[in-house]
Order: sequence, then C-alpha cells, then structure tokens
Amino acid sequence: MSDDPQERRATYRTALAFGVTAVASVGLFVTYAFGGQEQIEGALLAVALGGLGFGFVEVAKHLLPQGPYVEEREPLASSEDEQLAFAADFERGEGWMSRRGFVVKVLGVAAGAIGLAALLPIRSLGPNPGNSLFRTKWRRGALVVDEQGKPVSVDTLEVGGAITVFPEDHLEVEDSQTILIRLSRSDVVTRSGREEWAPQGYVALSKVCTHAGCPVGLYQQQFKKLLCPCHQSTFSVPEGGKPTFGPATRSLPQLPLMFDSQGLLRARSDYQEPVGPGFWDRGT
Amino acid sequence: MIVKRLARWLDERLGAARFVSTALNKVFPDHWSFMLGEVAMYCFVILVLTGIYLTFFFTPGTKEVVYNGSYAPLKGVSMSQAYESVMRISFDVRAGLVMRQIHHWAALLFVGAIIAHLMRIFFTGAFRRPREINWMIGVTLLILAIANGFTGYSLPDDQLSGTGLRIAYSVVISVPVVGVWSAFLIFGGEFPGNEVLTRFFVIHILIVPAAITALLTAHLAILVRQKHTQFRGKARKERNVVGARLWPTFTAKTLGLFFFVFAVCAALGGLAQINPVWIWGPFQPAAVSAGSQPDWYVGWLEGSLRLLPEWETRAFGHEIPNPFYSGVLLPGVTFMLLYAWPLLEARFTRDRDEHHLLDRPRDRPVRTAIGIAALAFYGVLFIAGGNDVLAARFEVSVNWITNILRVALFVLPVVFGYFTYRLCKELSARSPTAGEPEPSPGSELIMRTEEGGYVEVEEPVGPARS
Repeated sequence: MSDDPQERRATYRTALAFGVTAVASVGLFVTYAFGGQEQIEGALLAVALGGLGFGFVEVAKHLLPQGPYVEEREPLASSEDEQLAFAADFERGEGWMSRRGFVVKVLGVAAGAIGLAALLPIRSLGPNPGNSLFRTKWRRGALVVDEQGKPVSVDTLEVGGAITVFPEDHLEVEDSQTILIRLSRSDVVTRSGREEWAPQGYVALSKVCTHAGCPVGLYQQQFKKLLCPCHQSTFSVPEGGKPTFGPATRSLPQLPLMFDSQGLLRARSDYQEPVGPGFWDRGT
Repeated sequence: MIVKRLARWLDERLGAARFVSTALNKVFPDHWSFMLGEVAMYCFVILVLTGIYLTFFFTPGTKEVVYNGSYAPLKGVSMSQAYESVMRISFDVRAGLVMRQIHHWAALLFVGAIIAHLMRIFFTGAFRRPREINWMIGVTLLILAIANGFTGYSLPDDQLSGTGLRIAYSVVISVPVVGVWSAFLIFGGEFPGNEVLTRFFVIHILIVPAAITALLTAHLAILVRQKHTQFRGKARKERNVVGARLWPTFTAKTLGLFFFVFAVCAALGGLAQINPVWIWGPFQPAAVSAGSQPDWYVGWLEGSLRLLPEWETRAFGHEIPNPFYSGVLLPGVTFMLLYAWPLLEARFTRDRDEHHLLDRPRDRPVRTAIGIAALAFYGVLFIAGGNDVLAARFEVSVNWITNILRVALFVLPVVFGYFTYRLCKELSARSPTAGEPEPSPGSELIMRTEEGGYVEVEEPVGPARS
C-alpha cells in the first residue's frame, strides 16, 4: 500500500464503500427471503448501488492517474488522395450503372412496386371505418338504463340530478355513453326541431367530449354546466350542450328522448350527428 | 495471470490489441455538464434491466378477468388481463412493485436527462459542424424516448392510461384525410379497440428499444470518431482534446456515475410511490377523474390541448378539428425546428467552420436568448397542463388561469428572451477572456513528444492571463 497518507485514506474510504455494498446486499437477500418489502428493498438496493458508485468515484478521483492527457485531433475529412482512391473504387460499380441506365430504371420500378406490395398487409391492422364514427348503439325505442342496467323512469332523478346512462344491453360502450340531467322544465332552452326531445326536463347529452373525447364527467349543478376534466371545455346544459369555454368548438350532441306507456325513458332515435371529436369527413 | 492469458487467446483470434489500446487511450474532457448524456444512457440501461423483469410477468390482454389477488379493495372486480397482471406485479410478485417503480422513475429521469443534455448541447453550440448528424440522431432519440414513455404509460390499462389513450386516439383522427383510417389501423378499430394494448406492448418492449439501441450506438460511434468537444481553457485548442483517458480513470468515474444513477432510481422506486394504479382503478370508458395528469414529458402537449381556444377549420365539407393544431401541428413544428436548428444557425450566422471548442452561452447572446425564450414557451405550456390543479390549489377559476396563460404563452418568451439577451451582453462584456481558468497551484501538464512518449511539464503558477 502507498505511503501517501491521502492515498491511503482514499483506499480506506473505497474499501469501506464496497463493504457497505456487501452488507446491504446481504440485507437484500434476507429481505427477499422473508417475502420482500418494497421500501426496504428500494432503500437497501440504493445503499448497495450507492456504495459501488461512491467507491468507483473515490478510485477515479484519488487512486488513478489524473492527467490531464492531451490527444491530438486529426482532421476529419479524408485527404485528397484517399478521396480520389475512393472515387476510383466506387466508379467500378457506378460506371456500370450509368452505362446500363435503362436496367437501373427498371430496377427502380421493380423496387418501388415490391415496396408498395409489401405495404398492403398494413390494411389487415384494422377494419374499414365505414360509418362507425357516425353511429352509436342508440336506436329508436332503445331503453335508457343507468350504469347498473336499471331503467330510468320519470322519478329516477330530482331536478338538478345527473347520471350516466347507456342503451339497454350496451353497458360501458364508449361511444354510447350519455349523461342524463334533469332540469326544471322552464330552464330548458329548446331549439327548433328539438321541442319534444327533453320530456319532463330530462336532457340527454353525449358524454364524449367534442374536443378530445374524454368523458364530460363533472356536472356543476349551480351553473347547469358540464365540465370536461381533461381540458376544461365547458358546456351549457340548458342550451343543448353549447360550449361556453375551453377548446371544444361544437355542442355535445343531444339524444332525443321520450317516455313510453309504462313511464320508462327511451330514445327517439340515435344521435342525429356524430358524437365525440371532429374528423376530416365528419361533414359540417 | 488469467487475464493475460485470456487477452492473448483473444488477440490471437481477433488481433484486437492495437484497436483496443487506441480505445483505452481515448481522452474524455472533464466537465459536469458532459455527464448529462451519460445519465440518459444509464437510465436506458436501467430501463432495459427492469423492463426485462417486468416483461416476464405482464400480460398485454384486453380480455376481462375477475381480480382475485391480495389487494382486498379490488377483490371480485372485473378488469382486463393487462390491469390484473400489473396488480399481480405490484402485490404478489416478490420485488415486483419496486421493479415497476424503478422502471417508471427511470423513464421520467431518462427523458429529463435527454432534455438537459440537449440544452447543454444547444447553449454551448456543440451541434455546430461537424456534429450536425449527431444532433439529429439525438433529436430522434428524444422523440423515441417520449414515444416509449407514452406507450409504457398506456400498458397497465388503468383509468389514467385509458384517458391518455382516448386523447391520443382523438388527436390521431384529427389528422386531415388519413386520420380516421390511421386511428383504426393503430387501434384495430373504433376506440377503445381490442388490439391497441398488444400493439403498444410490442412497440414498447421491442420496436422502440431496438431503434433506441441502434441510434444510441451510432450516436456513440460518431462521438468516438469526431472526439469530444471541450470548453476553452489552458492548453485546450481546436486541434486537441484534454482530459482523462478512457482506461482506467474515466472508466472508474463513469462506472461510479452509473451506480449513482441506479442508486437514485432505486431509492425513488422504493421510497417514492409512483403511478399507484390500484388507486386509479381499471379503465372504464365512462369514468374519468379530475386532475388527470400525464407523465411530465407529455405535459407540454396536454397544456397545448388545454390552451388553444375553440378554433377549428371547416371548409368544402371537410373539417380540421381543434386537436390537430395543438396535438399534431405544434409538436410537428417543434421537432422540425429542433432538427433544422444546426442548419438554420449556420445559414443565419454564415458560420460553416468546424468547431470543437464550446461557446459560453453569454458569448452567443442571440442563440442563448432564443433558447431561453423557447424554454419559457414550453414552460408555459407545461404549466398549462396542470391549470386545473393550479386553480384548485390557489382557489381561482380555471377559466381565469387559462386566459392568463394564453397571454403568458406569447408575452413571457419575449420578456425572457429580451432579458437573457441583455444579461448575456453584460456578462460577456465583463469577462471577455472566454473563461480561461486560473491554473491551480501545482497543476501539471502532460505533453506528447514527437516520438510519441509523454512528459510532464511544470507550469509556473502565475496570475491569470488577460
């Protein structure tokens, strides 16, 4: 061992650090054998690895040659001779290509064609979108049920209440989720063509945000507004889901409702426009 | 003795001695900021190690199963196989939770270290000729790291990851012409789609990590070929590199750094809870919780989705919806500008020379000001990603905060950029010597002689040259 006291102390520190690693690792063995416990595992692993880290840095800083060493930087570009030699070497193949330009062109066409053909299996990744973004599971006469599948009748909600509903037999279907809110009948601002859509003040709006598709889950009873928790688009319920703040540009589509002869809530039809965020072919 | 024989055995077969000894003598300049890239690389190593372990237990399936593990509150709850296997990793696989949490923390640190490294390269001008290619590889690595973070975040199929996927789907369908088809091909149908978890799993554990490995190798190979940049200082010139040799000093130092990074990840993974999916619950399409936040490196995109006012384009029977601008155009332009920066700067400064000595940020006030302005811009977006959390914390309305941030997004970069510019000018004028450090007492310089040997040169201790 060296006589330099500084170096000797560094050696002791290094040995101590590596020793700590060994002890902590034994601790890890024991913890693991007794069924494991994540805080102890994490802490012991950190100590074990930290010991190694400390030891190696100690070695690097105090026990190994420090330099500084100087390395010359050679020019990156090749010399002119090397470049010429390369050009000559490359010419062996390149010359053939320029002499047989026609063959090379056909080869290009062949490569392009086989590349395009190789792309076709991508089509297998998913179905044709068709009109699936324009339809939901709601149909004329579909029974409105809550998240447990229970039908909704006139007295299910007090004025001011709100629940999430689905069409019967399609619980948890993403594009069919609908928020049902009961307003007092005088609050509903009906638009022309929608006079009959909100019987007894029951307003049903698509729960899929027209901005980025999150469930518009927060009903602020006091302001009769729906708030999307993702990007804070806000929609006015009495005005048929019209956006009043945030990035959403379009009203939440309204589901036309009716009560049947037994007093159960049913849909008059599917939504009359696509639900959820916009897309190129949505039609305006 | 054994080592010597093994080395001889190998050399007789590979003839590697000359090449290896060149490698061992490679010189690494020393500066704390040069460790940022190393930290990123070591995070990747940790991610691969912990990720392999997690792969043994994770099932990327959407089939519904009933939970019957040891976490009592969710017993009997129906959930996807994916979520169930994450629950099993967290509660029933020995060392599973600590591995999962180390993995998640290392991912957060990975992207953070890459961005810090990128900032170091940017502000010191290390991207200039001849290093433009490595800059572009680095930007690609950043994109891949973010992509892998997002796909990994989506795998547990918990409430938060489902919400993230829902937003990603909406952003994809917003792309003009090809958006809906692309979304259906990626997700295997209309959201939620049955295929997305299996596909993201393959992307997360194979495709992107393989791409990162390949590009990281190229990144390092180019670095070795071109040699390191260095700050100005005693004996440091454009034509040399001054520092520690790869073997043994730098090797020990960088091993130490690796173990420290791993130790920090282990401590965080063991002691700091992250992404407790058992609290979020399994994904249900109709549920979402207030205060949903993505991982930090997606925060700027979340913020841009929140800040953009209700604009969209409708014309000729087609529409370009709002999330296209905030979720596709903004990141697209961001990464294009990052890719192009070395070329743009060379064009505007007409500086097309080779540079191996680094700039001090203060000596390039325009570049530094642009960088700080950009950081302010993305900083505001990042803050906007938590506008609801801020509103709740400070008891003000979300609308108010959103409007303030909409203004700040354009004002703050200008303000920050202007003051940075002035500050740089001031600092640069005060110390025009470009940072030659005073030689410390007793420091020695080792010079290579013409014969190839090394000699120590004692430099007299003297006042700083000016």
